[in-house]
Amino acid sequence: MKSKNEISSGVTSFHMENFKRRTRYFIVFALLAAAFFIIIVLNINTGTVHISVPDVLRILSGKVRNETEYNIIWKIRLPRIFMAAILGGALSLSGFLLQTFFANPIAGPFILGISSGAKMVVALMMIVFLQYFQSFSSFTMIAAAFLGSMLSMGFILLVSRKLKNMATLLVAGTMIGYICSAVTDFVITFADDSDIVNLHGWSQGSFSGMNWSNVRVSVVVVGICFAIVFLMSKPIGAYQMGESYAQSAGVNIKVFRISLILLSSILAACVTAFAGPISFVGIAVPHLVKMGLKTSRPIVVIPGVFLGGAVFCMLCDLIARMAFSPLELNISTVTSIFGAPIVIIMMLRKQKGKQV
Amino acid sequence: MTDYYFRTKDLAVGYHKKVLIHDIQLDIERGEIVTLIGPNGSGKSTILKSITRQLQMIGGTVTIDGKDLKSLSHKALSQQMAVVLTERIKPELMTCQEIVATGRYPYTGRLGILCREDEDKVDEAMRAVHAQELGSRDFNAISDGQKQRILLARAICQEPDIIILDEPTSFLDIRHKLELLSILRSMAKEKKITVIMSLHEIDLAQKIADKIICVKGETIAHFGHPEEIFKEEIIRDLYEINNGYYDPVFGSIELPKPEGKADVFLITGGGTGIPVFRKLQKENVPFAAGILYKNDVDYRVARELAEEVITENPFNEISESSYQKALDVMKTCSRVINTGVPIGSCNRRLEHLLREAERMGKLEVM
Repeated sequence: MKSKNEISSGVTSFHMENFKRRTRYFIVFALLAAAFFIIIVLNINTGTVHISVPDVLRILSGKVRNETEYNIIWKIRLPRIFMAAILGGALSLSGFLLQTFFANPIAGPFILGISSGAKMVVALMMIVFLQYFQSFSSFTMIAAAFLGSMLSMGFILLVSRKLKNMATLLVAGTMIGYICSAVTDFVITFADDSDIVNLHGWSQGSFSGMNWSNVRVSVVVVGICFAIVFLMSKPIGAYQMGESYAQSAGVNIKVFRISLILLSSILAACVTAFAGPISFVGIAVPHLVKMGLKTSRPIVVIPGVFLGGAVFCMLCDLIARMAFSPLELNISTVTSIFGAPIVIIMMLRKQKGKQV
Repeated sequence: MTDYYFRTKDLAVGYHKKVLIHDIQLDIERGEIVTLIGPNGSGKSTILKSITRQLQMIGGTVTIDGKDLKSLSHKALSQQMAVVLTERIKPELMTCQEIVATGRYPYTGRLGILCREDEDKVDEAMRAVHAQELGSRDFNAISDGQKQRILLARAICQEPDIIILDEPTSFLDIRHKLELLSILRSMAKEKKITVIMSLHEIDLAQKIADKIICVKGETIAHFGHPEEIFKEEIIRDLYEINNGYYDPVFGSIELPKPEGKADVFLITGGGTGIPVFRKLQKENVPFAAGILYKNDVDYRVARELAEEVITENPFNEISESSYQKALDVMKTCSRVINTGVPIGSCNRRLEHLLREAERMGKLEVM
């Protein structure tokens, strides 16, 4: 009996394994949180006007010394930072949901043409609305974006019924993206209303020009979606084993699949409505976070992906603002530079895995 | 009146409302192992998918423990039924323990957080399939045999009353097949878990199953105990074997025998002949064998592979007529081989036969 115990001493119980893993989760989350705060501080005090940290604190605590600096921080930088964080998180979460849905780590709202679909409908609606109503509220914008993303999503789902091969599905998604972008560009070229000129910047993806009302709306929309997704982490975990196993574990597959599609589309739509299409975040961030956490368990990955997306987008926005200051880059320019190589590495790894 | 645990009545299954197999009537008791056999594409998986509710049933009813399958909630069903599927999964970054832990799904709370008891159940299931050492390894990095055991552990972890497995032994080598089946056997007998599975290996099906379902054509061809099912005609008919032989006693199959007039005579018995039969069959040399008792293992194989077999009734001394028959056949052959037959008091006459062969100058000794 004793010898048997000795043999099994190399075997760790599931309880011990989980304990070890929790330590890892804690470290990763602590690092992400630290990065989150450091980047917020960097984002607030850097820009064409540099404001030192003590000054920032003084301005934020209400002891106003300088009207311009107050406006820069309160009206320009802070809303922009918050939006980058919220939308970055939303975008990554949307990517994670799509990857779960299609069981493919390279799926994402941008690559599947969902962001571009949203962009197209927003652009069309904007032109129509500005002509007849002179205004365009945040919620209308999100609704338009949602309509557009569902349009692309519907198309992708139709294609995915015919094509079981994921690579061709991604190609189809990219093509949908191109078509939608072409339509958007066409519309923008022939519309010469002064507001439409702004559309051009937005259609390339940017966090500039955000205000507090944008922040409020997106906090509500993204917050609700995040809460629902988090509560769905149990069925998401079961679904990672494949549809049949999830079903046998007691997941109502139909309801679950529809929820995944709606949630990922709303999240992607919200991002596109405010900041335009942003590339690669939805693929790169979930991948990096899963690597860091060394797990794909939704209950840790979902908050991790959200936080990671926030950090990633704030950092990319900082670079977009500062790299060639005072010139500002499109946010997608920066996210592509960091995100695309990660996707290539992932594909190479996947190929390698297949050969073994 | 037996209290059946799992019953189907007039069950009809198929895809897209098109009936593939109908009139399926099964009565299965608790703790029985039931195996579906039948040719590829006969609809074994379709039946299994229908009784696990992955496919919609087209007609009829299925009752589990007296309750209608259709009326069971997702959760209630998942606490009662676990599955092991043919679908190969490729989860990302999941350890074997995590895979097994997904079996706890029907028992955990809203967020699926595992309590200490759940964790212990995972360890217990891993032990049941002898896979403790795989615990913290990445699921994608282990072998097919190990994967299958982990998926079985997952099913066990779900604490079901019935486990449904779709071809659990495909891709497994012989050792892992035996291991998997013996785990199932002990589960069924000790924990009274009912097992329904499809198998390709009819020899294994015969050895493990309490009941056999033969699926062929539009209905269930046969349903019953293995001893009723494993008869040469039934199996031959089920799989449409027309170029080989099936032995219902050993569950083994043989390739067709070499055609033509016997050229080699084998003096054989006691199991010494079988390897020689096989060798000659592969070289496509027709042969005759004798003098074999009808209860000799060599006889069972010789019957299928030899052109002619000279036999004697069990435990009798070799009769003059059998001896003469053997001698006559031997004379027409160009070679005689003694495969090393053991000679005792009953079959002493074989010594005469051997001497005759030697005299003819045809005898070769293995």
